[in-house]
Amino acid sequence: MSFLDVLQEYEGFDFENYLERVSDKMVAKAIHKKKLNRFDFLNLLSPKAKNHLEEMARRAHEITVANFGYTINLYLPIYVSNYCSSDCSYCGFSKKNRIQRKKLSLSEVEIEAKEIAKSGIKNILFLTGESKKITPISYLIDVTKILKKYFSFVSIEVYPMSEEEYAKLHLAGVDGLTVYQEVYDRDIYKKVHTSGEKTNYEYRLQTPQRGAKAGMRSINIGSLFGLGEIASEAFFSGLHASYLSDKYLECEFGLSIPRINDAEGHFKPNKIVDDVTFVQIMCAYRLFLPRVEINISTREEASFRENLLGICATKFSAGSKTEVGGYTKAKTEPQFEISDERSTQEVIQRIQELGYEPVYKNWESI
Amino acid sequence: MDVLKLGDREFSSRLLSGTGKFRDKNEIKEVLDKSGSQIITVALRRVNLENPTDNILNYIPKHITLLPNTSGARDANEAVRIARIAKESGCGNFVKIEVICDAKYLMPDNEETLKATKILAKEGFVVLPYIMPDIIICKKLEDAGASAVMPLGSPIGSNAGLQTKSILEMVIENSNLPVIVDAGIGRPSHACDAMEMGADGVLINTAIATASNPAKMAEAFSLAIKAGRAAHLLKLQEESRYANASSPLTGFLNL
Repeated sequence: MSFLDVLQEYEGFDFENYLERVSDKMVAKAIHKKKLNRFDFLNLLSPKAKNHLEEMARRAHEITVANFGYTINLYLPIYVSNYCSSDCSYCGFSKKNRIQRKKLSLSEVEIEAKEIAKSGIKNILFLTGESKKITPISYLIDVTKILKKYFSFVSIEVYPMSEEEYAKLHLAGVDGLTVYQEVYDRDIYKKVHTSGEKTNYEYRLQTPQRGAKAGMRSINIGSLFGLGEIASEAFFSGLHASYLSDKYLECEFGLSIPRINDAEGHFKPNKIVDDVTFVQIMCAYRLFLPRVEINISTREEASFRENLLGICATKFSAGSKTEVGGYTKAKTEPQFEISDERSTQEVIQRIQELGYEPVYKNWESI
Repeated sequence: MDVLKLGDREFSSRLLSGTGKFRDKNEIKEVLDKSGSQIITVALRRVNLENPTDNILNYIPKHITLLPNTSGARDANEAVRIARIAKESGCGNFVKIEVICDAKYLMPDNEETLKATKILAKEGFVVLPYIMPDIIICKKLEDAGASAVMPLGSPIGSNAGLQTKSILEMVIENSNLPVIVDAGIGRPSHACDAMEMGADGVLINTAIATASNPAKMAEAFSLAIKAGRAAHLLKLQEESRYANASSPLTGFLNL
């Protein structure tokens, strides 16, 4: 049993037709339900729900404050390699892009880690391109051991791997895993992932579940908006998070809402998620999943991020660099363009001014 | 003097507070000042000794008793390790055991909590376990050396009040340890109710931290807890007076 079975239930389901027929009444009812079912959630993703956005935002805020308080978890990403054996047509690191490739040596990782640690933030996410050959598990373990000297919570966003491999990394000190399905629509998935291991849709879909089984404490998933139909992608992302949190009770799940921006390779998104739709998706996630983390990266602009904080965001990256070696001597191309270019200190100060407590540390190495 | 005894310490306040969910860590001191609360729980996972502006311990007055909690622990082993780190970090020997492996509703794992209690009580900790109310587990915790039990009123952060009321009544009736109702208390009236029922204390975090004015809300809770406690003590007196004053129904037996 995997999330694949849930997806199969919706094969042939006519989302467009259903969403068009959702009424204001159905939306209003969903907003104030104590526990939303799948269709309530889908109703909140309908065009009609846009008429109820303020009400959705208020409810989302209320639920978030009860569950998370006036706090926001902070983390910083560190890019340790941009070598990639996959060809994702939307990504700056795609193997087809003729960019300078770089993999940090372990001493370079240490230099970057020291620099990042000065921010006082104890949560770090380390990322590589998807190349198991150039950044094998052994390298990831070595990187983890260095990072654990400076940070209490280490997460990875690398290539999908087996449960046993995740268990090895967990033992070395990795507690968090980020893996995006990118797009739940199989046909589009096939179109945008033309070669490399990433062509395997099902293996990727079952990745979060292998991570949970291996003992990861926190797993972040999501759809990369801009590829598939917006409402159904959001719907499946939410269902995936719901499926996982019902099945792996001991693990905390999070959702990100990345939308395609101007990465190298100049990919033109098929569907544009505008700000209104972004907020609609975010609120729908919160109403459907009261305890899920909602993560907003520096892909989004500073002022937009600030507004999302007041609604239902619970996790921010702060002062991010998306180039390999970006904190000390940025040389390579970024994976995606950053829209919020403020320093970590500026981000933290604004969070406090807005009446929220920035959380620098949310786990103790034990 | 009516005091709450935990380990070798005595407390005149029966309100235990928390450090989570505040807009600003500076609000914590005001909450403690206004409410008179003498014990505050701190998640060790949030204690950042290396960063003075972020270090929560710098925002808590020195005369307050710290109650480090093992939030984030998913089994007894992790809880034990976290408790030991807390002690080594200078947080004292009180510990609130939280073993939660249900990220969705944050339900405590009584079985693992009991295991951790056994180990930590032996090591000299003053152990306050957070539990799903159940009289059997309370007995076992007592045998294991716990210093109090902390049954939940309803899920953490839910503000739903004493949803477990009828079980809490049994726990209070049967427990030889102080009973501190923890989690789910959303209003001063909920706290008052718990105290009137005979709870020895209550722990309130979300309802205070997320109030529009946390210090004032803390004061309201403090008053409610005092009222509930006074009513409980009075009720006990009245019950005994009634028993004395009534004409014996068994006089004919010439006892």
